[in-house]
Amino acid sequence: MVTNITSFGRSGLSDWLMQRFSAVVLAIYTVFMVAYLLLNPNLDYYAWTALFDQTWMRIFSLLAFISVAAHAWIGLWTVTTDYLKSTFVRVGAQSLIILAIFVYLVWGIQILWGA
Amino acid sequence: MSNLQVSIYRYNPETDSAPYMQEFQVDTKGRDVMVLDVLHMMKEQDSGLAFRRSCREGVCGSDGMNMNGKNGLACITPLSEVVKGNKLTLRPLPGLPVIRDMVVDMGLFYKQYERIQPYLQNDTPVPAIERLQSPEERDKLDGLYECILCACCSTSCPSFWWNPDKFVGPAGLLQSYRFLADSRDTATSERLTDLEDPFSVFRCRGIMNCVAVCPKGLNPTRAIGKIREMLLADAT
Repeated sequence: MVTNITSFGRSGLSDWLMQRFSAVVLAIYTVFMVAYLLLNPNLDYYAWTALFDQTWMRIFSLLAFISVAAHAWIGLWTVTTDYLKSTFVRVGAQSLIILAIFVYLVWGIQILWGA
Repeated sequence: MSNLQVSIYRYNPETDSAPYMQEFQVDTKGRDVMVLDVLHMMKEQDSGLAFRRSCREGVCGSDGMNMNGKNGLACITPLSEVVKGNKLTLRPLPGLPVIRDMVVDMGLFYKQYERIQPYLQNDTPVPAIERLQSPEERDKLDGLYECILCACCSTSCPSFWWNPDKFVGPAGLLQSYRFLADSRDTATSERLTDLEDPFSVFRCRGIMNCVAVCPKGLNPTRAIGKIREMLLADAT
């Protein structure tokens, strides 16, 4: 057993499962968005806000935001542990990444419920 | 027919400040010999050339090396399989510290092998005869027990290059699954507990370099997938 304290779930198995689950959510969200934009070529502001006013769309979008956050953290944590060998540089990079993800997540929630 | 151009990695830490590539001209008399034969022809020209070999028939796993960019056993790789444009470049297995020329320090590789406890563990009373298996149970070990620990797979794996102290590597994981899949072994849950961290198994990204280079035609990626399935079944 290799000890670690900065990975998403502190367990390779839970990180692996979360990475796959979030990937499926993001794939479905992407397909939905692309299909919606293709089916509504003359999309205007009112139709767009009407879409995001609906509770199911907000739940779906929030699920996608949280999936992006988890997916990005697990993936980038892996990249930092592969390539950044200096502990100081690695922990610094991990701190910046988690800070950016947190900012984007809160910002996304604000946009979703702010309109 | 012109001589084969061989470029080989040389490094003697006692006399060289840095590794370098040395060029050799080898007359194979037009025959499609094995790469190991070419190494012996080179050793006749320069007796200081160091490489490991033993059985010369792909059983002992001593002469794993990088031939024109691909890992394999020199003794069972014919020139026709690797030589492009009459040129052959030989380097030691990538990612492991070089002791001299083609000889690498396999310490980390063996440490990971030792970690997965590659021996049968059974805490039930020893029977008067052998511990029996059904033919179906025995079939599960095919494609696992044949590994000769040549390290061609683990040293072709970028995940093992970056974290050889934490990631078990394809060779170790193939052997780990060989004991996880054995109906006679009773330490399954202890073995799984030791593997569920983010490095030991899960650093595998499934790029299948290990499958592409295995001289015995084994499939470590499949074994790693099976370990993941077992971990998932055990923990959910």
